[in-house]
Amino acid sequence: MAEASAVPRRRRSITTRLALTLAAIFVGGGTAIAIAALAYGRTAADRSFDRLLIGAAEQIAEAVAVRGGRLIVDIPASAFELLSLAADDRIVYAVTAPDGALVTGYPDLPRAETQGIYDGEITGADARFVRIDRLLAERALTGRVTVVVGQTTQARTELAREIAGRAVLLSGIAGLFMAGLALVAVRRALAPLDRLARHLSTREAHDLRPVPVEVPREIGVLVDTLDRFMARVERQVSATQALLGDAPHQLRTPIAAIRAHAELAREERDPEKLRAMVTRIHQRALNLGRLADQMLSRAMIIHRADAVPRAPVDLREVAMRAVDEVDHLGGGAGVGLHLPEDAVRVAGDALSLGEAVKNLLANALRYGTAPVAVSVSGAEGRARIEVLDAGPGIPEGQWVDAMSRFAGRSGVSAESAGLGLSIVASVAEAHEGTLRFSHDGVRFHATLEMPMLGAGA
Amino acid sequence: MRWAGNFTWVCVVAAARRAGAKPQGACHATDSGQRHDPERKHRALVPGLVLALIASIVAAPAVAQTEAEVRIGPADAPALIVRGTTDADIFLPVLRAFLATEPDLAIRYEQWGSNDLFARATEACAGGAEAADLLVSSAVDSVVRLANDGCAQAHVSEETATLPAGQLWRDEVFGITQEPAVMVVNRAAVPDAPVTRFDLIDMLRPGGARESLRVATYDIEESGLGYLFAFMDSLQATTFGSLIEAFDRSGAVATCCSAELIDGVIEGRWDLAYNVLGSYAEARAAESDEIAIVAPEDYTLMLSRAAFIPAGAARPEAAGRLVDFMLSGQGRAVLRANHLIPRIDGLGVEDDVSIRPIPLTPVLLLTTDAAKRRLFIELWRNTFPGDRAAGP
Repeated sequence: MAEASAVPRRRRSITTRLALTLAAIFVGGGTAIAIAALAYGRTAADRSFDRLLIGAAEQIAEAVAVRGGRLIVDIPASAFELLSLAADDRIVYAVTAPDGALVTGYPDLPRAETQGIYDGEITGADARFVRIDRLLAERALTGRVTVVVGQTTQARTELAREIAGRAVLLSGIAGLFMAGLALVAVRRALAPLDRLARHLSTREAHDLRPVPVEVPREIGVLVDTLDRFMARVERQVSATQALLGDAPHQLRTPIAAIRAHAELAREERDPEKLRAMVTRIHQRALNLGRLADQMLSRAMIIHRADAVPRAPVDLREVAMRAVDEVDHLGGGAGVGLHLPEDAVRVAGDALSLGEAVKNLLANALRYGTAPVAVSVSGAEGRARIEVLDAGPGIPEGQWVDAMSRFAGRSGVSAESAGLGLSIVASVAEAHEGTLRFSHDGVRFHATLEMPMLGAGA
Repeated sequence: MRWAGNFTWVCVVAAARRAGAKPQGACHATDSGQRHDPERKHRALVPGLVLALIASIVAAPAVAQTEAEVRIGPADAPALIVRGTTDADIFLPVLRAFLATEPDLAIRYEQWGSNDLFARATEACAGGAEAADLLVSSAVDSVVRLANDGCAQAHVSEETATLPAGQLWRDEVFGITQEPAVMVVNRAAVPDAPVTRFDLIDMLRPGGARESLRVATYDIEESGLGYLFAFMDSLQATTFGSLIEAFDRSGAVATCCSAELIDGVIEGRWDLAYNVLGSYAEARAAESDEIAIVAPEDYTLMLSRAAFIPAGAARPEAAGRLVDFMLSGQGRAVLRANHLIPRIDGLGVEDDVSIRPIPLTPVLLLTTDAAKRRLFIELWRNTFPGDRAAGP
């Protein structure tokens, strides 16, 4: 990956990765199958040829008899015919009397301690032996007669190779078939990526709309992120545009007024009038400053809403801090606080929310009728923070307009700055919530409502 | 004693037998290798009647000696050592035909009795004697035994690949010839020759058509080949039991050697000889009208003389070429000319089912099993009591 990031233009395709991975799986699996097949073939061949060996030894053991006090072994031809089924293998055998004397067959064969199958050699060639005992209890002869039969392992090795070879061949064919299917599957799975790539490469640079291509879940996250990113870019772009569009309009009038007052003041000789004029100029300058603050504040909040990671925020703390700050600035005396026992948490930016509540509170204090109160509540997954006053509030017909940037109500009066509610609306939007107005006949409510985090969050 | 035609090699056992002695003398039909005859002192292979008689008279004691030794090919060329049980005069044409294709090679052919050959090969295998380059023996059970005991080396060629399963074992033992076990019948004495073993058993039945038929067969104690044929008979069919019972009742004779059996029939001493090696019978029948050859129709044993290259061979490549030559079309033609491959049609056996090849497989180890041999010979002795084995 380090190399890949060092040379960003040379990217390995998913197809290549899949092909390499699949090839590794097939090679690894194939090797495992081949080893397993060889072991299986060996076992199967051993098992079948061991049976022949045991069969032949048993036939020879059956042929042991005592006749006239003498140990007789009349080996049936079928014993050797059975062994001859391993066509090219050499055979040795020995029948030993209870006293250890060789009755018939080859002397000095390797002999196991007990009955059973064991490995050995016949004049240097690998061989398999079986020992079978026959217990005689005749008047003339009592004891253990031992039959040992050995056979070289040529045929079983060939059979093992054949079984393994076929298993490997079959799994090879199956592997090729599966590789073909895998190719088709990979092609099919990667088709949406191709479509996406085609769409993105032909997309106009300034097109910030969501990507219209249907994509599977796995890359849906990617596309959603892309969509969100483009939406943010669009919001930022439009916020910048709004700021640039509003600023001249909003700032030019108060500045022109201040300039006009200042020019008048320059001609004025009467100190009393001059003082009144300077006072007005000062008042205008204060308003202009507040307006600039609000515009910058709004731009900042819009920026923060997109740029700052959201963290759990308790609305009660937001309400307390807002009331505290408004108090601190003066004029906030007598603001009521209605807070629930439990925390009301939302995922958000405490600063933006605080600004929004302060804005609402400032509006209520300036235009509303005391008593003013801030109320926080949470129910059914929705968190609410409200600012209430006893006045008539904003007339219902202007609720929608109030939230847009050019709030007709505020206008560019000497006292107000018309951006307040639009900032609150922006904050609400950034927190996937809403700003609502309502009047219950007694009090006017400005409500900021947004999704509440679960109790455990 | 009457000798057929100009047949070169003779068997001089009969005279000695009449004197009541154990067979002792030169018998050219060495396929009847007297493996278990401890008294056998000497086997001489000499051309002509006179020399044969002399040889039998001056028989000198010796252990594991060749019966004949012939060197053919250029005097200065290296010699391939071929040991076999086959009569030199029958086998040399084959070797000469091979040498015609190998100008820079000579062959020393040693003719051995099958028993001595086996002993010598076992000794050579253990490193105690000079190994031959090629062994060719009719005692196929011994050959299989030697290969089984790791005394042979493999040879693979296009020619060996053509051999059927029963004539090739481990790429080490090669079936070279095809020689049936036949009945030889005196035409004059038995005009209605038996066609099957059942016919023969019926003829010998008390009150049967030929109750007094004089039958001879190998003495299996003396003849390795006779033992092999009889043993294979016992494995093939239940006829064997009835057959030896019939032999017992009719006072059949067990004796040595293919040649003696054939001669006895030609001379009229016996009416029928059972289990005679077809290659010799065919050779004699070509010269004598007095005998007929019957390949039994119920089944005919077919012996494939076996060749193998010993593990310690000095010239295995040349030996391999000789094997290939004998398996080639040209080699087979020479073998056929010397009756080592019969004209099956001429034997009256056309049905393949009745041909029972003696397969070159480890089953033949049973034939070499000491206990089995003891039991089989006991059974045989009960049928052919010792007093009759000496001859009529």
